[in-house]
Amino acid sequence: MAAESTNNDSQQEIDLRDPLVAASLALLWPGLGHIYQGRKVKAAIFMVCILGTFIFGWLIGGQRVVYASWRDDDKRWHYFCQVWTGLPAWPAMIQASEEGGPLGNDFMRQPNISDDLSAWQLKYNSYFELGTVFTMVAGLLNLLVIFDAAGGPMGSTPANGKKGKVQIERPKKPPDEDDPERPGVENEGNT
Amino acid sequence: MVELILFAVVNRIWFALPLVVSVSLVYSATRHEQSKPIFYHAFRTAIWILGFMVVAYVILSLLDYYFA
Repeated sequence: MAAESTNNDSQQEIDLRDPLVAASLALLWPGLGHIYQGRKVKAAIFMVCILGTFIFGWLIGGQRVVYASWRDDDKRWHYFCQVWTGLPAWPAMIQASEEGGPLGNDFMRQPNISDDLSAWQLKYNSYFELGTVFTMVAGLLNLLVIFDAAGGPMGSTPANGKKGKVQIERPKKPPDEDDPERPGVENEGNT
Repeated sequence: MVELILFAVVNRIWFALPLVVSVSLVYSATRHEQSKPIFYHAFRTAIWILGFMVVAYVILSLLDYYFA
């Protein structure tokens, strides 16, 4: 099933297939929903940018910046942004304890409030905050991607009577300078 | 655990660059479908963001100079 087909010169039609499945796949892994729809270029852009941002932030934060916690002295609200990245961030939910979980006793675990939290902040300094920001931005960007997978690009409208398809204005091409019919262009044969 | 010692000598403002590139590309890709408009719009968005950051820096520097 083609991802794109054109019916006329000004409109471009995009086949979203099943938008709910596409959105779910995009939530699971950045770009996966677009691969399902055959929109490979955009899938590659989303995958590289969002995963690259998330992994970079996770690494510069010493692999400590993604964890789930809602305790009195440590309300990790940042995780509500990071979680939208999908599978890369979800292990923190099952590792949500100071002793870790089934994925190891150190991977994405909660910090011990009296010891770890201040130690991590001291050791990684501003990179802890930087890493947190990068991973949060990655999650929020994937929110945009989920909407794109579900409803097409911003400004697209449902294609007339076609379920699962939207249409978007095709980008206008600049006028051809060599076109003799273009107003203002002299035809050499007539001079 | 990866020790990114190299980043200790990099001014932290440079970390904004990959973030700006990533945000610009993803935002533009959610507005267009073909690659040329995506990259063109991403370039313009990145210039806008960086320009806004420069203006904010100038304003904050002036405030710091006159009122600090």
